[in-house]
Amino acid sequence: MAKRVVITGMGVVAPNGIGVPAFLHAIQNGITGIKFMPHYRELNFSCQLAGMPDFKWDTLSNYISDVTLHGLKGTNIAYGLVAALDAWADSGMPYDTDEPRWETGCVFGNSIADTEAMKNVILKVDNKEAKKLGSRVVEQAMNSGPTSYISGRLGLGNKVITNSAACATGTQAILMGYEYIKHGYAKRMLVGSTEHVDTYVYGAFDSMRVLSRRYNDDPEHASRPMSISAGGFIPGSGAGALVLEDLDFALARNAKIYGEVLGGSSNSGGQRLGGTMTSANSTGVIRCINEALESSGINPKQIDLISGHLTATNADKQEIKNWSEALNRKGEDFPDTNSLKSMIGHCLSAAGSIETVASILQIVHGFVHPNLNLDDPNPEITEIVNVKRLPIKMIKKEVNIVAKANFGFGDVNSCLILSKYN
Amino acid sequence: MTRQEILTELKKVISPYTTNKEMLADINENTDLIRDLKINSANLVDIIIDAEAKYNIEIDYDAADKMMNVGTCIDVISERLK
Repeated sequence: MAKRVVITGMGVVAPNGIGVPAFLHAIQNGITGIKFMPHYRELNFSCQLAGMPDFKWDTLSNYISDVTLHGLKGTNIAYGLVAALDAWADSGMPYDTDEPRWETGCVFGNSIADTEAMKNVILKVDNKEAKKLGSRVVEQAMNSGPTSYISGRLGLGNKVITNSAACATGTQAILMGYEYIKHGYAKRMLVGSTEHVDTYVYGAFDSMRVLSRRYNDDPEHASRPMSISAGGFIPGSGAGALVLEDLDFALARNAKIYGEVLGGSSNSGGQRLGGTMTSANSTGVIRCINEALESSGINPKQIDLISGHLTATNADKQEIKNWSEALNRKGEDFPDTNSLKSMIGHCLSAAGSIETVASILQIVHGFVHPNLNLDDPNPEITEIVNVKRLPIKMIKKEVNIVAKANFGFGDVNSCLILSKYN
Repeated sequence: MTRQEILTELKKVISPYTTNKEMLADINENTDLIRDLKINSANLVDIIIDAEAKYNIEIDYDAADKMMNVGTCIDVISERLK
């Protein structure tokens, strides 16, 4: 019989708050994490802003040994470690163990190693000094770097998997962990994702002309999902992590329960029917949402909140149209909808996990976080959704069920249905 | 440099790679890097690279293979400092 899967711990490294309490305060009060990056101006980037966590490297010594910290260069790994270990501690479990934790696995996603750190490798090799690279490069260059550091610190002995699905990575990681527990392969899964947008990755996005470039002198107002004056997204960095557990297993140890993952779906539009490498096939998106609803056993009317992908590009209006069609809801009947990207930018691989932490916090604390910079909503969006459903101030209300979706390059989609634990 | 002087300096080179700082303070020529100081075997190459930089010497693969305890480390380094 399928198991119920609950959330028992959360951790987050977000541009507007590190740690759950700071992050909760930030999303309730609409605090932005978007900053001007002087270095990006020197590099002649068109967009010179980023959602960058106020991360102190020294804090890592609270999480890993000095030996591990010495030689750690990968910022993506650092963010992932902090979010994952905070989630673990939040679930009430100690870090140290002599025996592997056979019942617990890990699905943690990321998109690319820290290229800024890898630059040193390239320079040394080209300078015929490969011998000087040392032992710590491979483990940080490999795609499974974050999962290896996390699972090693905690002795996780079940499946340890690194997933990568561009901007759908985070939601997909959570879904995979959920599925392993649901089908009885693991009792507990540490899931999430991490992203460090370094200058090289940033530059490549900048060249695609998909980033916001008109607000370099006004960072706070630069990320404008669903707005008529939206002009592209702001790259963000960070990590989010959740501890998922088999309900019975969690109850047996009296764990605190934040909420439940009811179900979800991950698919691809196949880069057909209008879908391409960089844009979503709407049929695939709608199918993904419908499959998520079906696997959760709920009807579309039960959704209280959509935590959208909504990056602040011209894909926003099509996304809203897809939600409306998938749920068969519009106007005032459309669920409340928000985009965390208005505060922290688009954290790419980490977007899904950070936004899921935000979704669970809205369920637990009974609120809908505001959409920043939405004083001028796109009329093509308000044609579908009553503007009351796109709050620009925090609303205190009961939130029982959230649909959280992300859509990524490669035409990949992931949708989770999250619920209050009843 | 005397063997004792090299040993004192070697402690600093090894320090980032061991969590066993108490043992490090009391090392002697028989102290084994992996068994006693619990150094990850993969990190031995980092100690060699750091020693090369510190003493401005080159340690080839064959010599590096010998550097398993403090005494053999001192042997290899002092030979190259001559």
